[in-house]
Amino acid sequence: MTETRDSVRVLAPSGMLGGGFPPETITRGLDLGADVITVDGGSTDSGPYYLGSGTAKTAAAAVARDLRLLLRAAATAGIPLIVGSCGTSGTDSGVDWVAGITRDILAEEGLDLRVATVYSEQQAADLKEHLDAGRVHPLPPAGDLDPATLESCRHIVGMMGHEPIVEALAAGADVVLAGRATDTAVAAAYPLMVGMPAGPTWHAAKIVECGGQCTTNPRSGGVLATIDATGFTIEPLDPAVACTPTSVSAHMLYETVNPYSMREPAGTINVAEATYRALDDRRVRVEGSRFELAEQHTIKLEGARVTGYETMSFTAVRDPHILGQITTWAALLRRMITEWVTQTLSLSEDEYAFDIRLYGYDAVLDALDPDTRPPREVGVMLLVHAADQQTATAVAKIANPLLLHLPTPDMDYLPSLAFATSPAETERGAAYEFVLNHVVDVDSPTSLFRINPPEDRDV
Amino acid sequence: MSEPDRPRTIADLAREVRSKNAGPFWVTMELFMRDAAGYATVADPAYLDAPVIARLYDVAADTIQIFRIPELNVVKISFPRPVVQGSLRDRDIHAGQHHVPLALFPLPVA
Repeated sequence: MTETRDSVRVLAPSGMLGGGFPPETITRGLDLGADVITVDGGSTDSGPYYLGSGTAKTAAAAVARDLRLLLRAAATAGIPLIVGSCGTSGTDSGVDWVAGITRDILAEEGLDLRVATVYSEQQAADLKEHLDAGRVHPLPPAGDLDPATLESCRHIVGMMGHEPIVEALAAGADVVLAGRATDTAVAAAYPLMVGMPAGPTWHAAKIVECGGQCTTNPRSGGVLATIDATGFTIEPLDPAVACTPTSVSAHMLYETVNPYSMREPAGTINVAEATYRALDDRRVRVEGSRFELAEQHTIKLEGARVTGYETMSFTAVRDPHILGQITTWAALLRRMITEWVTQTLSLSEDEYAFDIRLYGYDAVLDALDPDTRPPREVGVMLLVHAADQQTATAVAKIANPLLLHLPTPDMDYLPSLAFATSPAETERGAAYEFVLNHVVDVDSPTSLFRINPPEDRDV
Repeated sequence: MSEPDRPRTIADLAREVRSKNAGPFWVTMELFMRDAAGYATVADPAYLDAPVIARLYDVAADTIQIFRIPELNVVKISFPRPVVQGSLRDRDIHAGQHHVPLALFPLPVA
């Protein structure tokens, strides 16, 4: 696996394992000579619940459907398959979940592939040692890390770079199932391992991380990046779709704070001087990308903790009289809930919290909304947060008659509003928040990760 | 098709205005303008700068980063997420609808 070569072709079928892709995207990618298949299995984008609970956003059947096609392709072509951030958040449970699905498929299909797993979950006690030694630093806008914050996390993961994945490949893995990894590390690992230059490799890895997002039709399937000594060439795997200099360079804007510079564990991707040139009407050549090695290797941490428990109620208003003064009505609702909770449950205001959202009026943008026209109908969501589920539900139940019958101050009768469900209350369970936005200085890029090489096959 | 109205907001000159989380602690927005003229309008710091964004989004001006990218006719704006993602007060988990105050921002008076 250490031979040098002139170029490496990376097949990226989609932005997320379980997101689906047309089977033709794989066929076409193999026809074009793909050397490795890479796909991301996760993201923080859907919120802290998935890391906090250690469960996946994707359905097992959807992950299995994608994996079956990818495992068959890897076996047919004899090329490695790399999956990063398994199970959405990349917890150990997420890696085990994807590994279980993989084992089942390999058995069902009779495929003989060697599978390695790489775990990235961290223990608070270990990180506290790093913190005490001054090796943990905040990223903006975070402040210094309180050791109690580490203890409060349900799960903490470190984001691996390419190095632990390379080690698993070097140990003979055909399939690498990685815990939390940077989006780019997944696609960069194999090209770096076989000697492709860092600048073009990391830039290509960033461009392919969302599959077809860098093409003129993001829903058409995947892309193929061919990395060589001086740059990379990117093309869509649907022949009817194009990559253009605009579609490719615009992808550097997607979900990034800074479109020119991105920090990885080993250094910084710098694309400020990169050029994007159309080779024909659907392929783009990118050159001039740089990767600047950092003096200190750092691993970014992600952690999620339980903040409490939530209960939700949802009612709706269609009466034009109430809608004409919906903010007055909502202010009255807020005040009445607080009064009734104080009287009935004897809770002080620091023992619970609630949010009233007027969907159809200003729920999404609240005070930032530039439009204040009266709505045609309004969905009223009451979201209650408390230290335990029973308290949150008790508050929601106290609010129930108000959500059913609260009039505006000028009405001399009780309206009945439109509850969406019976019961009106839905217990949401634990609520989570992301609490870590910090990096750890490490001496070795693999020291925070546990690499399980493929088991030796019976002869 | 009738003649479009005279452009009044940034959205009227844009191909797309979008917003999204950039990790759990940042939000980022892009104005994809239709042409160089539209880009010149929104890229003008006398029209759109950090204090204006700060007022639109009720955030501190010194935390705002603005990237003006003439090759793409794009202005990109990033700032720390004012509300913790997934918290009780977070009403837009992906921050995917927070482009609207910017999109509806009135164009400069000609």
